[in-house]
Order: sequence, then C-alpha cells, then structure tokens
Amino acid sequence: MEVIEVKYDNRIVKYFAYATIFWGIIGMIVGLTAALQLAFPNFFNDYLGYKYLSYGRIRPLHTNAVIFAFVGNGIFTGVYYSMQRLLKTRMWSDKLSYLNFWGWQLIIVSAVITLPMGFTSSKEYAELEWPIDIAIALMWVVFGWNMMATLLVRRVKHIYTAIWFYIATFVTVAVLHIFNSFEVPVHFMKSYSWYSGVQDALVQWWYGHNAVAFFLTTPYLGLMYYFVPKAANRPIYSYKLSIIHFWALIFIYIWAGPHHLLYSSLPDWAQSLGVVFSIMLIAPSWGGMLNGLLTLRGAWDKVRDSAVLKFFVVALTAYGMATFEGPMLSLKSINSLTHFTDWTIAHVHVAGLGWNGMLTFGMMYYLFPKLFKVKLYSQSLANAHFWIATLGIILWTIPMYWAGFSQGLMWQEFNADGTLTNPDFLTTVTALKPFYIMRTFGGLIYIIGALLMGYNLIKTAKSGTFANNEVVEVTSSLKTKHSDKGEYWHRVIERKPMRLLLFSVIVILIGGAVEIIPTMAVKSNIKKITQVKPYSPLELEGRDIYIREGCVGCHSQMVRPLRFETERYGEYSKAGEFVYDHPFLWGSKRTGPDLAREGGLRSDSWHYGHLISPKDWSPGSIMPAYPWIAEEKLNTSHLKKKIRVLQGLGVPYPEGYDEQALTDLNEQARGIAANIIKDLSKKESDIQVSDIANKEIIALISYLQRLGTDIKAVPAEIEDTEIETSLK
Amino acid sequence: MEIIYVMLVVSLILALLFLVSFIWANKSGQYEDDVTPGIRILYDDEVKEKVEAKPNEKSNKE
Repeated sequence: MEVIEVKYDNRIVKYFAYATIFWGIIGMIVGLTAALQLAFPNFFNDYLGYKYLSYGRIRPLHTNAVIFAFVGNGIFTGVYYSMQRLLKTRMWSDKLSYLNFWGWQLIIVSAVITLPMGFTSSKEYAELEWPIDIAIALMWVVFGWNMMATLLVRRVKHIYTAIWFYIATFVTVAVLHIFNSFEVPVHFMKSYSWYSGVQDALVQWWYGHNAVAFFLTTPYLGLMYYFVPKAANRPIYSYKLSIIHFWALIFIYIWAGPHHLLYSSLPDWAQSLGVVFSIMLIAPSWGGMLNGLLTLRGAWDKVRDSAVLKFFVVALTAYGMATFEGPMLSLKSINSLTHFTDWTIAHVHVAGLGWNGMLTFGMMYYLFPKLFKVKLYSQSLANAHFWIATLGIILWTIPMYWAGFSQGLMWQEFNADGTLTNPDFLTTVTALKPFYIMRTFGGLIYIIGALLMGYNLIKTAKSGTFANNEVVEVTSSLKTKHSDKGEYWHRVIERKPMRLLLFSVIVILIGGAVEIIPTMAVKSNIKKITQVKPYSPLELEGRDIYIREGCVGCHSQMVRPLRFETERYGEYSKAGEFVYDHPFLWGSKRTGPDLAREGGLRSDSWHYGHLISPKDWSPGSIMPAYPWIAEEKLNTSHLKKKIRVLQGLGVPYPEGYDEQALTDLNEQARGIAANIIKDLSKKESDIQVSDIANKEIIALISYLQRLGTDIKAVPAEIEDTEIETSLK
Repeated sequence: MEIIYVMLVVSLILALLFLVSFIWANKSGQYEDDVTPGIRILYDDEVKEKVEAKPNEKSNKE
C-alpha cells in the first residue's frame, strides 16, 4: 500500500456538462418546434413554411439532438467524472479526452447543418450520412480506447458496477453502429443502404432498439449506480442485485429488436423471438429500478430536502414505468392497437423526459457544487425546476397516451355492416388536435424548467472557484506496475492476455463483417420475384426526394395483415415487395396514412396540387406544404452513379442501363407532366409540359404512383376468397 | 433472409464476449466481496489543500 497523489481532470467534466445543458435546451426547442407544427399546422408549417424547417427534416434533428447531443454529452459528463474517482486515477490520456470532446461537438454541429438540408439516410436514429457515420465510429473508439486504457491503469482492483455498464455501452454501441451503417456512397452526402427491404428493416431495428438499450439505458444505469448512492450518501440497496441484473440485462437486450416489426413482413419466428426476450426484460429492468429506489429506504427524509434526490426518484420511477410498458407494447395484441400511433411517442417521452432528462438534471445539480466547490446558487430554484419538469412530463405524456389510444381505436372501428367507421384517415387526425396542443404546452414548461437550471448552474459556477485538476491522495491497492504516461498504449494491453483477446475479437468481428455482409446482402437481393421490378430512374429520383423530405417520419409503407388495415389500405405487404428498397421505408409512425398501396389511387394532378398545398385538397390536413419541390429543378447529375451503385447491390438494371437512364427519366416525366396539364388546363391554360416536367415534384409523384402497384397485378381477390372459405 | 444469420452470429459473438468477461470477472475475484464495494464508493478521496488554478483561469499547463 502506498499513498499516491492523483490529479483528477475536472475540466473535461465541466466541458461536457456545459455541452449537455446547451445541446439539451437546443434539442428540446427543436422538439417544441416540431410539436407546434403538428398543433398549429397552418401557422407554423405553411405561413412560416421554410424548407429547412419543414417537419420531416426537423423531426430527425430533434431525435438526434436529444439522443446524441443531450444524452450523449450527459453520458460523457458522468463517465469522465465517476470513472476517475471509482478507479482512483486520471483518465488515461488527456489528448483522447479532449479529442473525444471536440470531435463529438463537431459531429453534433454537422448534424445540425446536414439534417435540415435534407441529407439523411432515413433510418431512424441513424439518419446521419456516411461521412458523419465514420466520424461517429472514430470518436466512439476514441472514447472507448481512453476508457479501457484507464481501466488498465486503475488503482483499485475491484471494478464497480457502474463501470461494467459503461463497458457494455461502449462495446455494443460500436458493433451496432458499424453494422447498421453499411452503405454505399453515391456522392459526398448521399448513400444507399447495403441491405434492402426486410433485411434492412431487421438490421435497422436491431440497431434502433439497442440504441435505446445501450445508449439511453445502460450508460444511464451506470450513472445511476454512482450518483444515487453518492447523493444519498448510502450504499446501493443490494450490490449483489446490481451484478445479477447487469449481466441479465445485457444478455437479454440484444435479442429484443424485432418487437419493432410485429405484424410486418418479417418472418414470424423472428417476431416471436423478439417478443419472448422483450417480456423477459421486465425482470432485469425492474431489478435496476428497485435497486435504485430501495437505496433510499429509510432515507426518504433526505429526498424531502434534496432536489438532486427528487430528480433521481422521478427518473427511476419513469424508468420503471417505461420498462414495464415496453414489454407490454411488444405483445402482439397490444401492439396491433398502439403501433404507428402517438402511444409510441408517449412511451419514448416517459423514458426520455423522465428517465434520461431527470437523471441528467439531478446529476448536474450534484456536479456543479462539487466542481465549483460552492453551494448551489438557489436550492428553491432547483426545487421549482423539479416540480415544473415533473408537471411538464405529465402534461406531455397523458395527452399523447390519450391520442394514441383514441386514434388506434378509431382505425379499427367497424360498423355493423362491416365497413370502416372512419374510412377517411383525416378524421382520425383532426380528432387529435387538442392533444397536440396540450402536449406542446407540456413540452414548453419542461423547457422553462431546463432554462431555470441553466441559469441556476451558471450562477453557481460564477460564485465558486474552479480548478482544472482536483488533487487528491489515494491509496493504491494494486501492486501492478503503473504509469499514466510515457508508455506505448499497446504495451498496456499486451500485459493482460485476456484483454488482448477481447480486443482481438472486436477487431476480428469488424473485419469479418466487412467481408461477409456485402456478399450475403447482395446474394439475397438477387432473388427474383417476377412481378416486382426495380424502380424506374424517375421513380428512383422521386424516392430520394421522399427520403430527403423525411416523408417516412409520418407515412408508413407497411400494410399489416389485420382486417382493419387491409380494409382501409388494400392487400397486406409482402416481404418480396421490398427487395429493391435501399433503404427500406416502412416507417414507424402514421401521422398521415400508410402509402404502401398509394400507387394509382389518385390522379397525378391531385398529387401535384396536394403536395403544393395539402390543405386546399384535403381540408383540415396537418401535412406540411411542399411548394419548393414544384419550383426546383430535378438534379439528375448523380443518376448514372445511382444506377451503378444499385447494380452493384444486386438491383437487376440491364447492363449499361446508366447511359439509358436519363432518356427514360425524361420520357416518363413528360408523360406525368402532360397528365397534370390536361387536368389543370381549365384553370391555368398557360402552363406548358416543359415548364413542369423537369421539376422535382414530378419525380416524387412518379414514385408515389408506383407504390404497391407491382403486387396489385396479382389476382388478390382469389387469395382473399380462399382465405374466407377456409375460415368458414 | 441471410442477414438473420449474420446478425445471429454477431449477437452470439457479442454474448460470448460478455460471457468471457463474466467468467473473467468471477475467476479474478471481482465478485468475492459483494458488500464493501457499495460502501467504498461513498468515501471521497482526501483532497490536497493546494488549489492549482485560479477561478475562471483558462490555461492549464501540465
């Protein structure tokens, strides 16, 4: 045993803490903007209409900002603070720490710029385009490298539970992010997913679900295991339970992804697998929740006096609710009602605003007085923030649960004669208006609370003294030779054979994947389904506009095999219909109707008018107007490359088709333009075919008119009668 | 649906990785004591009363 002087890096913690607060408020304001657009669509979407702030582009900006900027920086704040103290050592490398910080902020800034510009891969929580994907992977490795190396030079033999959670976070997020981001670049800011259709959907939700599990849950559980005992000054209720539930949680979580695709074209056995593991998740999740709450057993008087603990209690309660609700939502019978509705949105906000938000706030109120060696500027302001935030969560979520439940029921309501009670989708949307307004109000006061915190913490910082390094004396219980600096990094790893093995496995995993995936993905895409043909060049360009404008945020393309769905939309979706979809566009939310069978339902001119001004064509619609796509010329300069990239991915365009594509595109565009002119001529006779044929809107219309038409050629009626007779 | 096999393999390797770390943790005695680690984190390190930087000082040379 020897006493050593250690300097903890407090500056990196301060940097990340400021970034968390800043991006948190920004991300919430973007969310408020999106909420206002749904609540007051005329004013906020059209009157203030501006393509960079259009709902379809703003929504992914909100989700990315709150997940990766707010929670991401929150993770780093807590990890950098707690790791040093738990392992009794400074972070292994200052260079890596600050590279991690500035790199991450740069990624966020690039997201803030590219998402409103419409550069998106359309895959939820993975919208950022390929150069940014690479940057994320690099920064994540920087973070993990620094963390693992710190672990190797630790001065405490025992690795506290919290750190196990951090390690699992690092390893899993790295693997998921890399696998989901396989995409072939078309140009600097455009790529096509390596996978197509069902496969793309499966990989995406394997990622999507685990992003929730390993970005929003495990790291925050780690933070909970450090900050709750510290704030309460009591040991965790059961350390043994923390170990058991950690291992159970990480083993089960990675299998639950398919519950996002219930009743979709995913094979049934995969859906069932997802459901079983989702139900099992209740046990380890509640293990964590109870462990946190029971830590306060016999110390509830402290909760009364401490704003920090109040935040933690609500965070843990919200975590418990969300992790009970999640498994319930993954039951098929419940899912058929709630999926595609605002229920899902309410569910994620219980977790987001409650679990992540409140835990972050509590952590900040704990950290600032520690970092600045001063009392919190205003305890009563912190208490006010707590009550405002709690009220905000309630006002946000209850209306949205109500909205989701109502809309789900309206969708499946039948009259006695077997017809749909609400055949017009729009009636089920306009019914939600009061809920959208109430939700906006809830969000607004939640933000006011966050602003109070910002003020309170800045005041605290100003009144205190900050030292970049906290100098402490620690007793080292580890005999191993130790040095913070001046050693090649690989030496440190090589000294521990087991660690070396782990690192090698990760490297092999990535390397192997790069070789296997393309072959497999391409091979299965070649499977021929005779009716399903690749998109025409114009449809392909239209599809890319659909992706750019974020249409998938509100429109699903997946008719579930449920009677109320087939009655409303037509034949249910088959896996074989999506083989050329790079990426898949099934969507997860129906703010507008499903579009899987949209092709041929309405005239070209209806779409033309509707896209420019939806409210004139379907009164009461909350869809944003897209006047700019009728004005801007279609950019076909990347068409050849797009065709070649897709050919490389197994889409069977004829050899050398890239040279022919533009001619075909122009011809199809003129046809659609002529259709539109024919219908419009009564009102506006001066518009020529050549005026509109080269506009983006024509491409988008061609895509919409193509949707679902391949399968319509199949004699669906015969199939239906067969099913009906077999039921009798 | 070949992608399922890739994902199964990747998920299994991940699970295996976790399993290996679990076995390592057990064998190396990480879990021999399941009481004191929870208590130990509550003790703050002894701070040396030597403040290195002045408040709001930007530069940090080490």
